[in-house]
Amino acid sequence: MPLLALGVVALVGLAVWSIFVGVSDVSLGSLLESGWTDAPTQILLESRVPRTAALILAGSAMAVSGTILQMLVRNRFAEPSTVGTAEAAKLGFLLVLILVPDAPIPVRLIAAAGFALLVTALFLRILRQLSLQSPLVVPLVGILLGGVINAAATFLAYRFDLMQSLATWSNGDFSMVLRGRYELLWLAFALTALAYAFADRFTVAGLGEDFTTNLGLDYRGVVALGLVIVSIVTAVVIVTVGMIPVLGLVVPNLVSLMLGDNVRRALPWVALLGAGIVLACDIAGRIVNAPYEVPVGTMLGVVASALFLYLLLRKHARLA
Amino acid sequence: MPALRDTIRQWPVTLLLALTVLGALASLAFMTVGAKGPWSFVLPFRGTKLAAMVLVAYAIAVSTILFQTVTANRILTPSIMGLDTLYVLIQTSLVFVIGSSGSVALPPSVLFLAQVAAMIGFSGILYVCLFSGRAQSLHLVVLVGLVLGVLFRSLSSLMQRIMAPNEFVVLQDRLFANFNTVDTNVLAVAALAVLAVSIFGWRMIRTFDVLLLGRDTAIALGVDYKAIVSQILIIVAVLVSVSTALVGPTTFFGLLVASLAYRISGSERHALLLPVAALIATLLLVGGQLVLERIFAFDTALSIIIEFAGGIAFILLILRSASR
Amino acid sequence: MIVARNLTKAYGEARVVRDVSLDIPRGGITSIIGPNGAGKSTLLGLLSRLLPATSGSVRVDELDVASAPSDVLARRLSILRQDNHVTARLTVRDLVAFGRFPHSRGRLTEEDRRRIGEAIQYLGLDELADRFLDEMSGGQRQRAFVAMVLCQDTDYVLMDEPLNNLDMRHAAGMMKLIRRIVDDLGKTFVLVLHDINFASIYSDHIVAMRDGAVVKQGPPSEILQSQVLREIFEIDIPVHEIDGRRIGLFYV
Repeated sequence: MPLLALGVVALVGLAVWSIFVGVSDVSLGSLLESGWTDAPTQILLESRVPRTAALILAGSAMAVSGTILQMLVRNRFAEPSTVGTAEAAKLGFLLVLILVPDAPIPVRLIAAAGFALLVTALFLRILRQLSLQSPLVVPLVGILLGGVINAAATFLAYRFDLMQSLATWSNGDFSMVLRGRYELLWLAFALTALAYAFADRFTVAGLGEDFTTNLGLDYRGVVALGLVIVSIVTAVVIVTVGMIPVLGLVVPNLVSLMLGDNVRRALPWVALLGAGIVLACDIAGRIVNAPYEVPVGTMLGVVASALFLYLLLRKHARLA
Repeated sequence: MPALRDTIRQWPVTLLLALTVLGALASLAFMTVGAKGPWSFVLPFRGTKLAAMVLVAYAIAVSTILFQTVTANRILTPSIMGLDTLYVLIQTSLVFVIGSSGSVALPPSVLFLAQVAAMIGFSGILYVCLFSGRAQSLHLVVLVGLVLGVLFRSLSSLMQRIMAPNEFVVLQDRLFANFNTVDTNVLAVAALAVLAVSIFGWRMIRTFDVLLLGRDTAIALGVDYKAIVSQILIIVAVLVSVSTALVGPTTFFGLLVASLAYRISGSERHALLLPVAALIATLLLVGGQLVLERIFAFDTALSIIIEFAGGIAFILLILRSASR
Repeated sequence: MIVARNLTKAYGEARVVRDVSLDIPRGGITSIIGPNGAGKSTLLGLLSRLLPATSGSVRVDELDVASAPSDVLARRLSILRQDNHVTARLTVRDLVAFGRFPHSRGRLTEEDRRRIGEAIQYLGLDELADRFLDEMSGGQRQRAFVAMVLCQDTDYVLMDEPLNNLDMRHAAGMMKLIRRIVDDLGKTFVLVLHDINFASIYSDHIVAMRDGAVVKQGPPSEILQSQVLREIFEIDIPVHEIDGRRIGLFYV
């Protein structure tokens, strides 16, 4: 517990740093000198604070999604971008945009999340019917499935001149976050909280269907709940800030190494670490090439895939 | 179908001839169908494009089959192992480190050779890490390859973001090449490189067959295993560099071509397998481009379609091997 | 009492369990024996609602297994299956604590904690309590799962080959432990066992299966007979009485 408090303090520190990084002069001094309607305060409220909030919300939600998926699939390598959820959500948004161009945002969201849910559930169903010898088959087939869906999406986007939308959804970038344009992420946060309330059920599901049934729980119900949470979170993150890849893979694995997989114990750390890594990558992306920005998706791609490779090659025995 | 395959097995030359004729027809059609404007323009323009496609087809087909022989599996391909994103990374690093002016000052052949050398080095390291020593799980290797691809891509795009805009333009010209913008200089260097490794590899073509028996048997049969493996890796590195320099990364095309070649030829002999694969690749690429470009009037969609079909083929392959 | 009537499980054409009717009395140890592929594990799955029956019914006391709410059943009957490979990294204590889930829905009371501690102690896992399952040997892990099932504190406990992965000392220890629980607490254990001698020494009742059907049942003294064993296993097993216990010499 004291360690967790320390983690929260560190996250707050990162958040404060994140708020004060940027091109325009927003510092404690300029804030104190300026009035309520002056530029520094306005930038703080309109852009900096929303951005930092969005980073924390999206980072923690994606990391938690990874944990839930890993429990449901019973596989260390599951996360929204390795089981097809993310790509399916993108294709879903694209289809809505093509078929019903002026659908309101909630409709789009529901359609995309529903599509993602469908694809993920189908994928899990196929996997369950195979007697898989290797735990690596799941992410392998999932990544390829994602690639195929992506190809279909690219083709459609190309035909209907929506490549730009697709590119925005594909690469997490927080530079466009402003007040009024990120609040959907609070929905992801609410779902993350819901996941915490059901943490024990996810742990039990992680031990398998027989185990779950023996304890008198409805396995299918738990899986359905988890998939709904993951699909909506993924769709929300994609449409507000763009996909944040591999985070859901790396963070739960790191936490699992330290604390194990009791979801109730691990989840606060997963959320904290997820938010922290995204914050740190975003700050680094803003500093490394100032005044230009490197999108957080690119920074994460480097940091997270290097971490993941380390996990993969460190000790193969642990993967099963 | 089995009857047909038996016939093919008895008459490999007929198969080769048939594929060659089909390829030639496709090429002819590609050169002539729907031509508008004077032949003096159309022929060199399309000729360059065709030459590039044939080179790429050959490079991808041969490199994939050889890579599969040396790693003793039929799922991995150089591009799945991240070799072509590695090429992009090397290219980007080069511009990043010595600047576009520096890299422009160098003649393209020197530049190309430097990159090939780097490729050979890196793919050698990759091979030693993943394939030698104790037997690693195939799936682990593939997963590492896919993640390496992400890492290389992200690193490249990080550097591209950081480098000066004008340098990026230079790089972009080189990286996002497609058949419409092939540089004849690069084409000439690439053709020479492919010719060189082909002559280099041809004398070993029977030895490749022995490798299919596995490392231990190959050594027992007197093959200098280490030497052969390193030579094959060099050939693969050169061919991957050629294809990536000409069209950029293509993840699944090689896999598609290789599995088709195994099925159609029904043979394990490289002397037949390699030409069949190269011809199939040419046919797919030229034919596909012809159909898309002339009939459907799409221009850059071929790679997407290959990605789509190849991805599905790959999934089926894995699921079949996993459920067995 | 567990009452099975006309229980059949079919996968397509293959009927793995055929028309089994069986009464398992309350209290005591009932062992299910039989050759590989006799349908023992499938039967256990059917009795415990892990597998839906193709036809027939199972009642546990007054509860119909097919229709009773799963959480009510979880407080009445627990099941431990054979291969409990865990992908999740949990400590022994975490795992055992989940045995209390049907009772407390994850909010552990003092009473729950006491029982968890007891179960861990019972299985001699005190020193391993905070170790991760994936860092333990197969036998230790097996004991952890047994501890969890004990912690679930149900009247009926079904176990599929609980001696799997256990060495001689722990196998005998496990059977003694089960005997003690049954005698002290009046619980009912149904075990699938491979070793007929463990079944002989520790059970009150033996059910013998072959080809998906129950071919024989009765007290150990009736089953441990050469001609009966030949009928079940199709080999000749000489049976000797040693210290008042019937031992089948299937090694020779």
